[in-house]
Amino acid sequence: MMSNLYPLLIIAVVLFVVLNLAAGLIWVERRLLALWQDRYGPNRVGPFGLGQIAADSIKLFLKEDWIPPFADNPVFVLAPAIVVATALISFAVVPFAPGFVVADLNIGVLFLLAMSSLGVYSVVLAGWSSNNKYSLLGGIRAAAQMMSYEVFMGLSLLGVVILAGSFRFADIVEAQRGMWFVIPQCLGFVLFLIAGVAETRRLPFDLAEAESELIAGFHSEYSGMKFGMFFVGEYIGVILISATISLLFFGGWLGPVLPPALWFAAKTMFFICLFILFRAALPRPRFDQLMSWGWKVMLPLTLVNLLVTGAVVLARR
Amino acid sequence: MLSLVRSLWEVFRHAFARRVTVQYPEQKAYLSPRYRGRIVLTRDPDGGERCVACNLCAVACPVDCISLQATEDEHGRRYPEFFRINFSRCIFCGYCEEACPTYAIQLTPDTEMGEYKRENLVYEKADLMIDGPGKYPDYNFWRVAGVAIGGKDKGQAENELVPIDTHSLMP
Ligand code: SF4
Ligand code: SF4
Repeated sequence: MMSNLYPLLIIAVVLFVVLNLAAGLIWVERRLLALWQDRYGPNRVGPFGLGQIAADSIKLFLKEDWIPPFADNPVFVLAPAIVVATALISFAVVPFAPGFVVADLNIGVLFLLAMSSLGVYSVVLAGWSSNNKYSLLGGIRAAAQMMSYEVFMGLSLLGVVILAGSFRFADIVEAQRGMWFVIPQCLGFVLFLIAGVAETRRLPFDLAEAESELIAGFHSEYSGMKFGMFFVGEYIGVILISATISLLFFGGWLGPVLPPALWFAAKTMFFICLFILFRAALPRPRFDQLMSWGWKVMLPLTLVNLLVTGAVVLARR
Repeated sequence: MLSLVRSLWEVFRHAFARRVTVQYPEQKAYLSPRYRGRIVLTRDPDGGERCVACNLCAVACPVDCISLQATEDEHGRRYPEFFRINFSRCIFCGYCEEACPTYAIQLTPDTEMGEYKRENLVYEKADLMIDGPGKYPDYNFWRVAGVAIGGKDKGQAENELVPIDTHSLMP
């Protein structure tokens, strides 16, 4: 009986942590952006403005949920669910501590890449079903962007996989006992970081949203909790990519003194903050620039990285 | 690429910079005396109403939020019977103040006019009237203007000569 309940417990804990963190990130992001813009950010509701999280969620829940009459109804409703669902499913393979994982798949990295890439469907479908030209442009951009980074995103991780000899997250983390993979794979790390930002469609690669050009891009027509879903999905994506980076390149839960889960949380939080710093500092490239960068610079670099890593590992045998 | 890293660093350094936010309810920003905020109706230094109900402010107002009705007192002084400003429409442009020939209507550096009910934003004359002369402490329209009212005949205003007697041959 206990053994049946244990996975359920893990699922509950993972859902609880991830969803609350995603909601909390709204506050974290606003405070951090303010910090880097010489402001204070929301600091009125409760201590340090933490009550802002509750206030924002209540506001989102109470907003009118309006479906435009010209929208393609079923797809329009489905789209925001996809982004949250795929991002949450990806968390199934993310180990928070040794043994604390929902599904310890032996192809964890592949599963995660596949699931998080499915999230782009949500954006494309949202843009398409909104029946609004700006939304459609956002959707098209998302698709084009996906084309250009998805390829080198997967390839940039393969260096790590070669070094660890496994697709399983737990094995990859354990393989970093001697040295974090960020040192031999620093190129892979940088490439994956860039691809990760593009994957989550956050600034500077928020071309699908681009509020200064496309109003709000794919989610212009969304309101209420459907809009909130995109929001939450985006934050879950950020957490996911940050967690992946810390697992694959920074030794996940490995670290002295503190309990493993805490190390993992700290490293993940660091990368979440880095994501927010990107948003605060970097300008958005044009989308043809992003594509040509992805294909002409990033992809060859990842291939070189992959070949060199493979050659070194072979030579060391 | 390097410039991007540099801008990341420069933005990060702002975490330790001085905050520019004014924490409003506790700290207040300085508003200059000429700030265009809540509108008041002022009085002469001797306490009489300055407004002569000329309607110029109501005409100048681009959003037509001033409404008033002129009347006269026993001395022949015009004054507004009612004077009403709908602050839910006012855009605080200050045109009324510029149009006013008597310095009666003035804008003040006060912005705290929040209300829960929209009707409460309609200010009547009693709400607008203040006891002082506002920005022009010495100005007294009826003492400057050459109009005869009860208690002040022609030629008795400041800097005004006694009217020429057109029936006399004297120079
Ligand atoms: S400030 Fe402008 S809008 Fe307001 S009452 Fe005067 S003229 Fe009208
Ligand atoms: S406030 Fe000034 S402009 Fe308006 S009616 Fe009175 S005197 Fe005329």
